[in-house]
Amino acid sequence: MAFKRVPQKFTASVNEVTIGTGDKAIVLGGENVMPLYSFDAPITNRVKIGVEITDSGYDKTVPGIAAFYAGAETIGEIAKRASEMPGGDFVVLTLEGADPNGANKPIDECVAIAKEVADAIDVPLAIQGCKNIEKDAEMFNKLAEALQGKNILLISARTEDYKQIAAGAVMAYGQKISAESAVDINLAKQLNVLISQMGVAADSYVMNVGSAAAGYGFEYVASTLDRVRGAALSQNDAMLQMPIVTPVADDAWAVKESVVSEEDFPEWGPRENRGVQMEVSTAAACLAGGSNAVILRHPASVKTISELIADLT
Amino acid sequence: MALKGLDIFKLTPKTNCKECGNPTCMAFAMKVAQGAIPIDKCPHMSDEAKATLSEATAPPMKSFKFGAGETEHAIGGETVLFRHDKTFVAHTLFGVNICTKCDFDAVITEVEKVSYERIGEHMYTEVLNLTFKGDQAAYVELVKKAMGHGRALILECTDAAAAAAALDVCAAEKPILNGATPDNYKEMAELAKAKGVLLGVSAPDLDALYDTTAAIEALGYKDLVLDVTGANVKDTYANAIQVRRAALKDKDRTFGYPSIVNLSKIAGGDTTKQTALASMFILKYGSIVLMDGMSYAQALPLFGLRQNIFTDPQKPMKVEPGIYALNGADANSPCATTVDFALTYFIVSGELERSGVPVNLLISDAGGYSVLTAWAAGKFSAGSIARFFKENDIESKIASRDLIIPGKAAVLKGELEEQLPGWKIIVAPNEATGLVKFMKDLNA
Repeated sequence: MAFKRVPQKFTASVNEVTIGTGDKAIVLGGENVMPLYSFDAPITNRVKIGVEITDSGYDKTVPGIAAFYAGAETIGEIAKRASEMPGGDFVVLTLEGADPNGANKPIDECVAIAKEVADAIDVPLAIQGCKNIEKDAEMFNKLAEALQGKNILLISARTEDYKQIAAGAVMAYGQKISAESAVDINLAKQLNVLISQMGVAADSYVMNVGSAAAGYGFEYVASTLDRVRGAALSQNDAMLQMPIVTPVADDAWAVKESVVSEEDFPEWGPRENRGVQMEVSTAAACLAGGSNAVILRHPASVKTISELIADLT
Repeated sequence: MALKGLDIFKLTPKTNCKECGNPTCMAFAMKVAQGAIPIDKCPHMSDEAKATLSEATAPPMKSFKFGAGETEHAIGGETVLFRHDKTFVAHTLFGVNICTKCDFDAVITEVEKVSYERIGEHMYTEVLNLTFKGDQAAYVELVKKAMGHGRALILECTDAAAAAAALDVCAAEKPILNGATPDNYKEMAELAKAKGVLLGVSAPDLDALYDTTAAIEALGYKDLVLDVTGANVKDTYANAIQVRRAALKDKDRTFGYPSIVNLSKIAGGDTTKQTALASMFILKYGSIVLMDGMSYAQALPLFGLRQNIFTDPQKPMKVEPGIYALNGADANSPCATTVDFALTYFIVSGELERSGVPVNLLISDAGGYSVLTAWAAGKFSAGSIARFFKENDIESKIASRDLIIPGKAAVLKGELEEQLPGWKIIVAPNEATGLVKFMKDLNA
């Protein structure tokens, strides 16, 4: 009596969303199976990796990152280097310097940086804001206008600012946005409904259903991902079928394990390796939950996760 | 599992004798179907009926213990594929591979370095997987060396003679004998049965694994563990998921056993890839995950992730109430307070540490809820904080009279000033992300 296989292939599938233009454009989503269950049915679009840089460049305190970007001086050169990182599919520019509680760079300056980045690369571009609602809403609209035709992904639109961002960035300038909610399937669905009610097409937005580093409440992230994917596929819930893009680097490199020095915690070993392990562990756990793209920083993490994706697709 | 009350009723004597404590046989059958009472409460049920029922009501996945004394661990017993459906029960165990040709002392020294406490749980590598490489005497020596290091053992050995010799030495430690294959399963099943140890089964593919497992069951041995490691990453991921899904969703008992995944065989030498794979197998059904090694850099995310995933979704994770001195805080450093919900604690303490400003973080018992929930439930109030101060004698332990409270609980300020006379209550930002700047400004 042989093992009876019962493949779980769903009639519903995750939406396909295209970022970028031309040969290097990427398609997120499209699968009709649980995360990376390629034994149930073929997965059309491989999971993608975004390589993160910031408006001030890259993290010079991490030797492996600094070595990778060595010699790249201008933001354009840095972006070009990021776009060539082996295993990466798109570049993510995080405009953290726009934060009014931080460097508070004016919007014009941020737009100029983004333009320089966009002109320097031929892969798709995603731009993360500074998490300040007022600033992001205004900045995203300016970015969308300045980069019209590039088909960029703006991360994120939240309950507080989705109206301005959806109306400006998507409806007026044809860019893509990511709907961000905080680890709760109902909040995720509600925001998707609100955005769709504005007339935004299903192929124009992705979602970030929340993220956390491994060990830092990741059970909420894992269960939210499981439930969202479950509802999208088994219940054919159209309001949860957006591809999921999860920013991993920001959380992974901010937790104590990736921050404290080897002098303070000698038994833990070099900080860089701790950061990389935290980044790949978190990213791999997100993949197992159904993320269609993860955003990473370190070349070693990008290499490992891209190999893992290739192995499993 | 899916047996209905009516099916059970058909197997009862239908005499309504009430000896089971229920008014009718029907009522009894209904309670058995719900799992409220065991079937043997009925003294008149035939053995045949009992066997049918215990088979049908048995859990879909077996649970076992292996190891002895302090090295004893539970594996298996899962009932759901996703933790939000109920909860995962037996957390993934981590093991390190050691072969007869390895430098045992070097490996065990590295393994023993990683040992620490995280939210009330001792974190360390629980298992040593001892792999046989063709030299029986060397293998027995390896087993002898591996005993007494506070870790449960797996004997990965398909050679029946070597396995028997190894078990002569360590059977009392209750190791897993991971050695049954389609070729040798008869001998191995006999050996495992004789020594009373769990038997690991492996095969080139899922069909062969299924047939071999069924054949061992037919021999009357059902204390099994399935080694689902395949030829590569893709096969191994597919095997782990299909085995667990067959058991829990499709109710196929032949695959209703815990699993072993050996990452050294599919990602040998690449520690970063092993970290990535181990993370996936925490979520996707690895009962025991074996690796080349386990450094602190790998352990910190992996044990943290495991601790997260194997929590009961209905019970929040809590940290112990107490005074947590951060950044070298002393009696003159200001105090800050928040709830005992582990996630809140980690985020808040992480941001406070990043600020570099010495501060005493006071955690009181708030039922494991977040700030707003605990406040709404009355578990994080001026009264509860004042009580914590009194019970822990904060005023004599700490000289500072500054207390920082969460922005989301700003409403407590006035009441706290009344209940804690002499203290200056300072309201922090709403979100933890603002804490670094806030603390630096406060300290300036």
